[in-house]
Amino acid sequence: MTAAAPAGGHAAPADRFHTIVTTVENKPGVLARVASLFARRGFNIESLAVAPTADERFSRITFTVDVASSSLEQVVKQLDKLINVVEISELKPTESVERELMLVTVAVDGAGGRRHELLELVDDFRAYVLDADQSQMMMSLAARPARLDEFEERLRAFGIVQLQRTGRVALPSLGS
Amino acid sequence: MEMNGGQALVKALECEGTEVVFGLPGGAILPVYDPIIESPVRHILVRHEQGAGHMAEGYAHATGRPGVVMITSGPGATNVVTALCDAYMDSVPLVCITGQVPYAAIGTDAFQECDTTGITMAVTKHNFLVTEAQDIPRIIHEAFHIATTGRPGPVLVDIPKDIVDPRNPRSAMTWYEPTDDIMELPGYRPATAGDPELVRAAAELICKAERPVLYAGGGILKARAAAELLALAELIDVPVVTTLMARGCFPDSHELCLGMPGMHGNYTAVTAMQRSDLLIALGARFDDRVTGRLDGFAPDAKVIHVDIDAAELGKVRVPDVAIRGDCKLVIAELVEAVRACGGAGAQPDRRVWRSTISGWQERYPLVYEQSEPGELLKPQYVLEVLRDSTPDDTIVTSGVGQHQMWASQYWRFDHPYTWINSGGLGTMGFSVPAAIGAKVGMPDRMVWAVDGDGCFQMTAQELVTASMERIPIKVALFNNAYLGMVRQWQEMFYEERYSEVYLSYEIPDYVKWAEAMGCVALRVESPEEVAPAIAKANEIDDRPVVLEFRSSAGENVFPMVPAGQSNSDIVVDPSQR
Repeated sequence: MTAAAPAGGHAAPADRFHTIVTTVENKPGVLARVASLFARRGFNIESLAVAPTADERFSRITFTVDVASSSLEQVVKQLDKLINVVEISELKPTESVERELMLVTVAVDGAGGRRHELLELVDDFRAYVLDADQSQMMMSLAARPARLDEFEERLRAFGIVQLQRTGRVALPSLGS
Repeated sequence: MEMNGGQALVKALECEGTEVVFGLPGGAILPVYDPIIESPVRHILVRHEQGAGHMAEGYAHATGRPGVVMITSGPGATNVVTALCDAYMDSVPLVCITGQVPYAAIGTDAFQECDTTGITMAVTKHNFLVTEAQDIPRIIHEAFHIATTGRPGPVLVDIPKDIVDPRNPRSAMTWYEPTDDIMELPGYRPATAGDPELVRAAAELICKAERPVLYAGGGILKARAAAELLALAELIDVPVVTTLMARGCFPDSHELCLGMPGMHGNYTAVTAMQRSDLLIALGARFDDRVTGRLDGFAPDAKVIHVDIDAAELGKVRVPDVAIRGDCKLVIAELVEAVRACGGAGAQPDRRVWRSTISGWQERYPLVYEQSEPGELLKPQYVLEVLRDSTPDDTIVTSGVGQHQMWASQYWRFDHPYTWINSGGLGTMGFSVPAAIGAKVGMPDRMVWAVDGDGCFQMTAQELVTASMERIPIKVALFNNAYLGMVRQWQEMFYEERYSEVYLSYEIPDYVKWAEAMGCVALRVESPEEVAPAIAKANEIDDRPVVLEFRSSAGENVFPMVPAGQSNSDIVVDPSQR
């Protein structure tokens, strides 16, 4: 834990979900190799995000793994055996910045008070309104996964119509 | 030099030192079979692609060089999946070249198309789909590099037809030398030497242990570390168990050798591990067939675990000292580290442990009762005669089941690479094709396939290959008219309710069948016929021989640790209870 770690980094609860970041070769079928490995070794993926890195030869896959069912060490070692996996590291919540994006559509059924309440919530969470009509409102929020959980919980009262989260992405904190 | 992809593929195989390819042509791989005609590489035409895979495994086991398979797309590829999985489980270096439909046709459900890389992803160390002819020499070099380094294993290279077909412009390429510096494997870093501090910690544990056992696994053979193991065992004067995959890595006739542990291991090997205070696991993976019920396995033992595959360390049993590295290098380091701690002179007095062990050996040797006149043969007896009538560097291959366990128990393996079997996957039908591959790789050695009647019926057609290619293997076929190991489990654990295990003594007629495949065949039914039949088989060196031994169906393999039970509950032969 360093002084440079931003507020978002160290408030995450110590849970059974661990974040693993892998750099993989940007080749066809690499995601299938990773997914097939998880399936055949009985590892549970909670979430997964994939995209190319700044160096187009490589992609980065960020997993959240449920280690209640299998040891983190085995997950890491088995992943490391894949020829296309170049680098692998576990990002501890205290030493990394984690973010996740949520898109969510909520019912606001015309009543003015509810709509106002919702906009206050959007303000509180620093979410954005992306689209709205008479009966529904679509919002986005990029924040710590726990913060997304909280937002989601608060939105339940309104009636969630559709919701999509990306799975978390993470980078090591500066100086960690 | 300008050439086409098919020529480049064959030339690339030659550059990797390939002397033999086991294969069977078909539509998608046709263009590669054309330049094979001019190549010095020997091609063995198999009768089924699974046979090609097991032959390549037998070749690799016997020689230490990678086995090479070449087959077509679709059913050719799916037929080899069993052999790939077998090689993956037993860490056998293979390179398997499969034809594929033209690149542009992939995904269209074309004739004989299948998703070969998708299907084989879980049973190969790595696989490639080559998309450009220009990549062929590099990818073939990478395939051989991956198959043979680190923990060895099978690698498959899928080749779309258009990039090897000279009539297609996509097959044009410029040849280049496939060397290490052109490889593009940024994520592949196989382990080599062990961490010196961990090696020192291991040496300290060894020098304090009162009841140590060296637990030698197949990794000793893969690392070609038999000499290092012998040096370590003799230096610290510690007994050695050799697992099913490691038989021969330490001489059975050496006074420190306890033989095979595990479900059908001998009493002493099983019990010595069970009572040990230090297991020195070298290239072994704590397989369930070795440990029995895990929470009851070697309860008082600390564990030193050396393996080239980091994922094996702690996968099953959490070690006290875990060393990732190549067994050959790490054992040599261990020898030095033990010497630095005082060597042989610094070992505790282990006379009590040694005498306890020899007490078990005296009380619980392997035993069987010889058959009464008129009864069918005892397979154990036949194996003893076979063992004593063949050169001691004879290569023995085996199928899977009772005959495999008896062969491992009753043979005396005094040389590495003389025992070839399917350990991890337990593939019935392994022995005949594996024997063919071993004989191709080691033509001057005698090769005996020990087989059961169930196994034989799965891959016997490869004896046609052996006859046509003049590969004079010998088959000891134990015909007990049953799927014997399954029958044994039904007898012991299913109240003798025999379900779908009876085959037949008479159908097929194995002698006629073997003769039809170009073999010399003899049926042996009484003990006095055994030695003469084997002597006759040993004299034949121009074609395969099959000896059918009519064996007693009721014979069970002992000792046995019933599945799911602790090794402390080992069941010995009825005469020893």
